[in-house]
Amino acid sequence: MRLHTRLVALVSGLGVLLGTAGVTVGSAQETRIGGVTGHAAAGKKVYRRYCILCHGPDGDGNGENAQWIDPKPRDFTLGVFKCRSTPTGTLPTDEDLFNAMSRGFVTTNMPPWLPLSRQNRADVVAYIKSFSPKWKTTKAGTPITIPQEPALTIESIRHGRELYQKMECWKCHGAKGHGDGPSAATLTDNRDLPIRPYDFSTGSRFMCGVTNRDLYKIFMTGLDGTPMPSFADDIKPAEGWDLVHFLRTLQPLDTPELAMWRAWLATHAGELKPIGPAGPGQ
Amino acid sequence: MRTAYIAVFAMMALGTSVTTVRVAPSAAGTVSGKVTYTGTPPKMKPIDMAKEPNCAKEHAAAPVLTENVVTGPGNSLRWVVVYVSAGDEGSTPGTEPVRLDQKGCQYIPHVLVVQQDQPLDIYNDDPHAHNIHPLAKVNPEWNRSQPAGAPPIHTKWEKPEFIPVKCNVHPWMHGWHIVVATSHYAVTGEDGQFSLKGLPPGKYTLTAWQEQFGTLSQDVTITGTETKAVNFVFKATPY
Repeated sequence: MRLHTRLVALVSGLGVLLGTAGVTVGSAQETRIGGVTGHAAAGKKVYRRYCILCHGPDGDGNGENAQWIDPKPRDFTLGVFKCRSTPTGTLPTDEDLFNAMSRGFVTTNMPPWLPLSRQNRADVVAYIKSFSPKWKTTKAGTPITIPQEPALTIESIRHGRELYQKMECWKCHGAKGHGDGPSAATLTDNRDLPIRPYDFSTGSRFMCGVTNRDLYKIFMTGLDGTPMPSFADDIKPAEGWDLVHFLRTLQPLDTPELAMWRAWLATHAGELKPIGPAGPGQ
Repeated sequence: MRTAYIAVFAMMALGTSVTTVRVAPSAAGTVSGKVTYTGTPPKMKPIDMAKEPNCAKEHAAAPVLTENVVTGPGNSLRWVVVYVSAGDEGSTPGTEPVRLDQKGCQYIPHVLVVQQDQPLDIYNDDPHAHNIHPLAKVNPEWNRSQPAGAPPIHTKWEKPEFIPVKCNVHPWMHGWHIVVATSHYAVTGEDGQFSLKGLPPGKYTLTAWQEQFGTLSQDVTITGTETKAVNFVFKATPY
């Protein structure tokens, strides 16, 4: 009897020890998104049901469907992600991955995964992070600080246009934002595959969201793995909003930016220097 | 005689500190040699920079040639990195910043060697923008814009890796950041010559790397202050 009690105590003690170990290992493979905690083990099941055909069993983007898909599915083993709130060269936050998965990637084969529950998506994010060793050695970057969006003014739009010229956005996105700049045809991503710059005249969603804030993040963090660099070294935080306001005028959408720009152009069009290579007018 | 005894006692008293001081570069050898090729290398072709008029104008007299394989007289190979790949653990980290220039739509130097954690400064000397996009896999991949007149980018690489670097705006711009753990490395010039100085006695593996032809390795043993000759011959193919 006494022996039995001891054995039980020993076994339960072992159990506690193993349990603690399990928690420490598990915490590295957990994500916290809002009030939801995602677990890699649960995420693996969801991944193998919904993601594996494109992203592959090893997360390297070589699933069965990958050969038919362009652009190619993300290779999670590289730990390089386009849509981040963090600076270029850093890992995204759990929320960034969660949002990217929920939103999907417009003009690609990646659909929005809103039909999956928040819990399912949080679990998948935890599992995706197990494919690259970078998550074990490096923490996610610190999200960039985005100042409050100021009131829209014509000065802001005009300064944004100057930035578009000065930062040479037009080299890829074109003088009118049609994605037809002199360097557009030769762009390649980090797998040496051809890639196109965003064409503002389509008015479609951006790769990383739809809001002005998403647009701000795109050029201030860069889309890592693509030719789109980060302009955080060159554009001051407040100036970023000026560029956002100008970029909105390039889209054929019913936006306050475009309305204000059209009204101003009606009387001032002659004052504008053309965007493009520096010529006698520049 | 008495002075000699005192000297010996003093050295014994100093103990280990004396031995560490003894590793001074007084007994250090040199490895030098030449990198050449056999076979047919690709031809160096002129680069058309018409899409960037500033650069086209700058090189109007003598167009820039492709740099993936640069050959010289006597089958010599330029831009080959020769470095100690084994036997030099615990090499002193570099503290002097290494400079990369973007000038005339070229990376200068085309192949840049830097030690891990050594400061790396990137300058844009051109009157237009570049983006610097190192396609790192072990280190973090980043991509930053650097418009005309922007201050230098101060950065560093934390892990050894051979990193291809490109400018997406000017697709012909291609360079390499070679991140090494050792402080003993050299990049061959047009004559294919290299020289690694200050190698303390020991067994080393020397590796030569060429961006298109891959790597070659040789073992070398340094016993004193001698100069060892080591040559590398790459097999060149036109494609």
